[in-house]
Amino acid sequence: MGWNRQQMCKRASKELLDGFYVNLGIGMPTLVANYIDNTKNITLQSENGMLGMGPFPKKGKEDPDLINAGKQTITSLADSSFFSSADSFSMIRGGHIDLSILGAMQVSESGDLANWMIPGKMVKGMGGAMDLVAGVKKVLVLMDHNAKDGSPKIVRKCTLPLTGKGVVNLIITNLGVFEINDGIRVLEIAPDLNKEELINNTEADLNFI
Amino acid sequence: MIDRVYKKVYKSPKQALDGVLFDGMIIMSGGFGLCGLPENLILALRDTGVKNLTVISNNAGTEGQGLGLLLETRQIKKAISSYVGENKLFEKQYLSGDIELEFNPQGTLAERVRAGGAGIPAFFTATGVGTLVAENKKHESFNGKDYIMETGLVADLSIVKAWKGDKSGNLIYRKTARNFNPVMATAGKITIAEVEELCEIGELEADQIHTPGIYVDRILKGTHYSKAIENLTLSEG
Repeated sequence: MGWNRQQMCKRASKELLDGFYVNLGIGMPTLVANYIDNTKNITLQSENGMLGMGPFPKKGKEDPDLINAGKQTITSLADSSFFSSADSFSMIRGGHIDLSILGAMQVSESGDLANWMIPGKMVKGMGGAMDLVAGVKKVLVLMDHNAKDGSPKIVRKCTLPLTGKGVVNLIITNLGVFEINDGIRVLEIAPDLNKEELINNTEADLNFI
Repeated sequence: MIDRVYKKVYKSPKQALDGVLFDGMIIMSGGFGLCGLPENLILALRDTGVKNLTVISNNAGTEGQGLGLLLETRQIKKAISSYVGENKLFEKQYLSGDIELEFNPQGTLAERVRAGGAGIPAFFTATGVGTLVAENKKHESFNGKDYIMETGLVADLSIVKAWKGDKSGNLIYRKTARNFNPVMATAGKITIAEVEELCEIGELEADQIHTPGIYVDRILKGTHYSKAIENLTLSEG
């Protein structure tokens, strides 16, 4: 139902505006890089200490000293720069990064985000997620609208431990695009979908105006 | 010009660690994943058998790599990290209660280390406000926004890895292998650096130095770098 992952990433890529410095999270957000409009000047930041991330290397060109935050081999560009973890998070926490795209387990109608732990399960750690949502100018969540068991992920109040409180600005799911600003406003609905289906798949109240 | 004697150079990681280790000590280790790890010093640490360590490092290595080596020998009592997802042995020891774990947001960890090295005992940050991380921490409002207090971190020993270093301890890192190494170099009561290339004085451009030698107490040339790639990802074509 709704958009497939490619279409979701493509829609998310429209939020990358000319001149933006952007941090893409691990998983689906990383794939947004494949849809960036080449006419725009976008600089990708990797929180392990790099600005100006290039594409994945060709076979034989991989460099163990050059990885992204997901520990994937990557390449640099002519205008890339490298720096320490402290400098990297100064950029992030100091509000210098324009946009952060992350996945989520739950987002609440007040913009609370839960994406790092499930009580009772082994916790891997929050990595840089708490810093990103606290410091980056705009936070976009890119996720499936519902969990694997069908339960809604856009909720009134998160039941999972938070990554940040009141931090999410925009949500893009397979069913639509949602702005969080004093409640949740529906900006777009996936083409083959109606309002009722959207409401039925969402726990939080939706404003359609 | 007066000839200066440089006494920071050690022949092997074993010699470099001599006299600085004790059980229960706090050790910082640079590296992100398996990138920029002080491989030689970790291996030598394992061989010394020093135990009950508190290790401050962004990750916990993987099985058989990085700090994973010190997990196998149960030398680590506590880890302060931001992400340990790549190590099954860590998970096992954590769930069985053999190892204590303190998660720090990655930026908070980097800043705590930076602060420790700069003589700053504590600072306020917005990271973690309203989350489990904020529990039992001092809250303060500045200009209408809430912040929590985090403390600086200092280690008994910092071990770091650089690309090039000279005999006075000046260091240059390579690409994303820099990561936590420069800040951790500043926050060790004793800092030992291992480098791929150990240069003579004057070979490194003073303008290009990332870590000035004042932070480095001991330096050695590493050997046999495995530089394992955790997640080889290639573009098609």
